[in-house]
Amino acid sequence: MSALDMAGMPSYLENTGPRKGLAAWLTSTDHKRVGILYLVSMLSFFLVGVGIGFMMRLVQLTPFANLITAKTYNALFTVHGVIMIFLFVVPGLPAAFGNFFLPILIGAKDVAFPRLNLASWYFYMSGAILAMLSLFTGPGAPDTGWTFYVPFSLHTGTNVSLAVFAAFVLGFSSMLTGINFITTIHRLRAPGMTWFRMPLFSWSIYATSWIQLLATPILAITLVLVILERVFGIGIFDPAKGGDPLLYQHLFWIYSHPAVYIMILPAMGIISEILPTFTRRPIFGYKAIAFSSLSIAGVGSLVWAHHMFTSGLSQFAIMLFSLLTMIVAVPSAIKVFNWVSTLYKGSIDFQPPLLFALTFIFLFCIGGLTGVMQGAVAIDIQVHDTYFVVGHFHYVMFGGTGMAFFAALLYWFPKMTGRMYSKKAIYAAWFPLFIGFNTLYFTMLVLGWMGMPRRYFHHLPRFNTGHDIATVGSWFLVLGILMLFGTLIHALFKGEKAEGNPWGGVTLEWTLPSPPIAENFLEIPTITTGPYHFPQEDQA
Amino acid sequence: MSEPLLASEDHPVAHPGYATFLKVWAALVVLTGVLVLMSRFGQSSAVWGLLLVTPVKAWLVFYFFMHLKYEGPLLKGVVLITLGTLLIFFALMFSDVAFR
Amino acid sequence: MTASSHAPAVHRDDFAAKLGMWLFLVTEMVLFGGLFLAYSYMRSQYPGDFHRAGTELNATLGVTNTVVLLTSSLTVALSIVAVQRGERRRALAFLGTTLGLGVVFLTIKSIEWAAKFHHGLYPGAAHLATLPHGEQVFFGLYFTMTGLHGLHVIAGLGVLAYMFRKVARGEIGPERPLLLENAGLYWHLVDVIWIFLLPLFYLAA
Repeated sequence: MSALDMAGMPSYLENTGPRKGLAAWLTSTDHKRVGILYLVSMLSFFLVGVGIGFMMRLVQLTPFANLITAKTYNALFTVHGVIMIFLFVVPGLPAAFGNFFLPILIGAKDVAFPRLNLASWYFYMSGAILAMLSLFTGPGAPDTGWTFYVPFSLHTGTNVSLAVFAAFVLGFSSMLTGINFITTIHRLRAPGMTWFRMPLFSWSIYATSWIQLLATPILAITLVLVILERVFGIGIFDPAKGGDPLLYQHLFWIYSHPAVYIMILPAMGIISEILPTFTRRPIFGYKAIAFSSLSIAGVGSLVWAHHMFTSGLSQFAIMLFSLLTMIVAVPSAIKVFNWVSTLYKGSIDFQPPLLFALTFIFLFCIGGLTGVMQGAVAIDIQVHDTYFVVGHFHYVMFGGTGMAFFAALLYWFPKMTGRMYSKKAIYAAWFPLFIGFNTLYFTMLVLGWMGMPRRYFHHLPRFNTGHDIATVGSWFLVLGILMLFGTLIHALFKGEKAEGNPWGGVTLEWTLPSPPIAENFLEIPTITTGPYHFPQEDQA
Repeated sequence: MSEPLLASEDHPVAHPGYATFLKVWAALVVLTGVLVLMSRFGQSSAVWGLLLVTPVKAWLVFYFFMHLKYEGPLLKGVVLITLGTLLIFFALMFSDVAFR
Repeated sequence: MTASSHAPAVHRDDFAAKLGMWLFLVTEMVLFGGLFLAYSYMRSQYPGDFHRAGTELNATLGVTNTVVLLTSSLTVALSIVAVQRGERRRALAFLGTTLGLGVVFLTIKSIEWAAKFHHGLYPGAAHLATLPHGEQVFFGLYFTMTGLHGLHVIAGLGVLAYMFRKVARGEIGPERPLLLENAGLYWHLVDVIWIFLLPLFYLAA
């Protein structure tokens, strides 16, 4: 079976059922359409989040801001965090690209539970709408920060209960997606698609799904306890009634640190897909990368209390969690070394997805290394709750997951839409994006090192130069993002028709026409080789 | 796709009958009695009951009522991974609570 | 292309459905696991207060409810055997017993809760606020954990009532018992959680 046989058959983008237009999309259980629904909705929320971040930087242009009130500023950083974490980075790669490509990569026609899959998107949207409602209704947008730390979140008059409930619903969506993907990988692999012939993106999704199952419920129950505390005053977190805020921090970070790995693991999977395609050689150390995904998921679930080194933990716990935190660096570094080794002596075809993949590796290394620094207790106590932390996690979350998201978008855009974008315009967008990113977030690292606390509305005049540099960086960053999105939106309508395999990739999605037909494969393929088996390897 | 590769995941063993479940139920009721009895002998004995008898009861329900005995390694593994994770969560949290 | 090739592939994978159900149960176990974490954290802070507060609970009602729930679990397991053997009337009788026992459990639970409310032992009550901190937390946890468990019992009863209807209509039978098996798994898990709640609150607090 080749792409030629499928030529002329309607693609998944064309409606063949009785419903037309938007209704056909909102009721479709096709994993590709669900993936697109996720993609479009989360990119919209991403832009809202970018806009809020842009405003926060504007406020910090002067030491004594008077653009907005301090209360509004508190709401801004809370909402920026909630949107970016819960609506974009956590569901981002698994829900959008995992949905679209996981079944195709393992040679399946759909996920194991297609209707449940669509239902998770509805949960996602309900959560998103509730989160948005919490901003504009009731007593005002939540001002606790995205971490909802008690006891403040118990007593603030703002709309915390609704925002917390929104996060609860979003967690539900995340768990259902995890259930679906694990079952899909266990049950729907094509004949011959053994575990070690699976593309590495599938491995990373598998590891991610397990964290979603094992960690998200802890967040769910913690958020339920916050709501119960606010409504009934059950007293578990409230020191006035004998409760303990430290318990909240434990429970919150038992989820929220593994959540960081929910965010970064699929990103690492994407990079492991892109590098072989553009170096024309199999990934170096396939099994090492696959197992490092599992061990990051495992060890990453055991490091949560490094967020609490200044909260009054026992000395023993501090030592233990510091050690465990440093251990996570090992599997992460294994991945980086294998990626670099893949590049070595490859026949490199320098295309936009590769550019963004390399950007990921560079920025992730900065993010990862600053993370190891904070794993050391003495440094952590120094930089805790400063801009250093903010810079660090933006390097990991945006420089890591965000760049990988863009890389995946550029890599699979022709496959998903059947159109090719202007590569020159992408290169042009990359420059302001990359320069703006580092100007903004590296400056934050420096500011934090100097002592600038996070979440402060006003800053001391001695930090002003740094803040101004960072704000200018944010302008370039936003410019780059807009150029990138503009290029892709233009390509969506005016782009050239893309071929079935524009990059010369060898994983299963490139055997399909662009865009793929509704049921992916006319006939389920039988797999006989590893995922990155390039024909020229045989000649050599 | 129940390809031969995965056939071991499907449950191969025959279903148990009424008698098995009745015996398990009787055991569960007896163990509940033991638990109550142990709680009569003071606090520490009650805690030992909690730590020793309760897991056995839960295991009986998982293993027989929930058919785990008759399932392949995958489902058993799923349960073990979950319980193992929870145990580690407890241990790590008590690395803080117990050493303050 | 023909209409049939566009229809979703007819493909039934009972094992996938069972695996999916177990993975859902994983999330339930971890959800309650979080509450058990909270309980053990608080108990290690206030061992004495927890012991005193535990004596306020009626252990007889707790143990009775345990036996009720264990029996209801038994009848679900038996109803699955009956369905697999094609004994529909017997299956319905077993399922009906489970539904009845579930209602008994909720009734006893509400009698217990009512007594606690009567004595002012509920979060927000003036009397509770005068008690030591540990006892306040104990009752906060008691209402949260038994309340969430009660909600699961109600949800389970809803699911089992639906299954009752399906068995009665022959939509669940020896050929496809899977839906009932999955519903049964949920009910058993609710039972397991109660197995842990009994000693935590009534016997060994």
